[in-house]
Amino acid sequence: MPKITFIEHNGTPHTVEIAVGKSVMQAAVDNNVPGIDADCGGECACATCHVYVEPEWLAKTGLPAPGSQEASMLSFAAVTQPDSRLSCQITVTPALDGLVVRMPEGQH
Amino acid sequence: MTHDRIIIAGAGHAGGSAAAMLRQLGWKTGITLAGEEPIPPYQRPPLSKAWLTGEADADSLALRPLAFYNDADIELKLRTSVTKIDPAEHRVTFSDGDTMHYAHLIVATGSRARRIPLPGLDLANVLELRTAADADKLKAVLGTGKRLAVVGGGYIGLEAAASARALGAEVTIIELAPRVLARVACEILSNFFQDFHRSQGVTIELNAGVQALEGTNGAVTGVRLADGRVIPCDAALIGVGGVPNEELARDAGIACDGGIVVDLDARTSDPDIFAIGDCTRRPLPFYGRTMRLESVPNALEQAKQAASAICGRPQPAAEVPWFWSDQYELRLQIAGIPFDATEIVVRGDVSAGKFALFHLTADGTVQAVEAVNASTEFMGGRRIIHRRKKLTAAQISDMSVTMQQLAS
Repeated sequence: MPKITFIEHNGTPHTVEIAVGKSVMQAAVDNNVPGIDADCGGECACATCHVYVEPEWLAKTGLPAPGSQEASMLSFAAVTQPDSRLSCQITVTPALDGLVVRMPEGQH
Repeated sequence: MTHDRIIIAGAGHAGGSAAAMLRQLGWKTGITLAGEEPIPPYQRPPLSKAWLTGEADADSLALRPLAFYNDADIELKLRTSVTKIDPAEHRVTFSDGDTMHYAHLIVATGSRARRIPLPGLDLANVLELRTAADADKLKAVLGTGKRLAVVGGGYIGLEAAASARALGAEVTIIELAPRVLARVACEILSNFFQDFHRSQGVTIELNAGVQALEGTNGAVTGVRLADGRVIPCDAALIGVGGVPNEELARDAGIACDGGIVVDLDARTSDPDIFAIGDCTRRPLPFYGRTMRLESVPNALEQAKQAASAICGRPQPAAEVPWFWSDQYELRLQIAGIPFDATEIVVRGDVSAGKFALFHLTADGTVQAVEAVNASTEFMGGRRIIHRRKKLTAAQISDMSVTMQQLAS
């Protein structure tokens, strides 16, 4: 199974395994990784699973399409950056094995 | 003798989240999570939506995989409820007769479906929708050509109606009030949802009291209305609101007032007993009053409050209450609660099915935003309410001003 590393805002890393086809958000929730709230359960309705994708992975995860639901939700998330994504909208593929994402200071 | 275990009474969305949150915040000693249902904590919102239509499986319904509870050393007591609290002894009694001591107790007993005294409630296929078991029963009686009568035009009823239509069933909604969602939404929104459901083939009976459920051979065959008409059906779903499960706390002498009374640490009148989720009456920081909220975001927020207080962390920042409902291709998202609102301003186009309703007080403070297929308005609305920002009707309805600008 692909491995994903979440780095908390304080620098603590968490590397977890997740099945292909699930979302990056689910990987965090299933393993109780702190810093991903995921209030809406993955419906792209709350912007509380916000992550920053490490630069070398951006080509593979891509960015939200302009005008998409994700882009609109992100425009109201706390402290967004050009590499911001909602992790519920990143589907795990074999190509994402080793993905590293960082967490913002807070989700609210 | 001192104790070091946290017991959580109720293994729903709130209880399950509190257990996980306690581990995230570093609680090292025992956690026991007890719930009367036979399965680990799961998400309830999909029960009237993706679970009913078959788009979600059991794995995706679970709040966390079963292995999580073992890995995190959380003792999961399924099919077991807490039946008694002895606050003086810091001890609970479980439904299987066992007793256990706690350092802190979290009451997360949720709410149950309100029961109206109707003849025929005990007939087969008279259903309610609160649990996965309820949803499975409903799913089993739906399908092409089946007839579902929904008593109560609230969120559960409307969502179940939409899902039943997706499965090819014929649906009649029976509502006592002059409009659906009468207790929880404004008239513009009620009318919009009524029109939409009717356009999808749902029959809606308004101002319609129910006299009895009729049946033959022990199974429901129709709903008899106060005016004497009978709505024939193969199943009747009763969804007329929820009642807090506060008896466990009340019997232990904990203050209750239409919900277990808690503060912003989710602490009850007993300093070592917390309560979270649907069963509580809680303060609403932005509105200066208390209320019982039945929603997932509320369950999560209070789980975080209780876990933070128990682990000696700062109180989490106050959140604007929010709610959502999915019906057909409509996503309704509501931020805030329209206390004392005197004006409703429409942003967007109601007839196009993409709009938001801003509820303002007399001085222009935005109290609530109801958004249909308008996530940007919803997110912006949350921020505006959080900042207690005042806006004019002209500003809100001007689509050339972006929500980002309105909220800044």
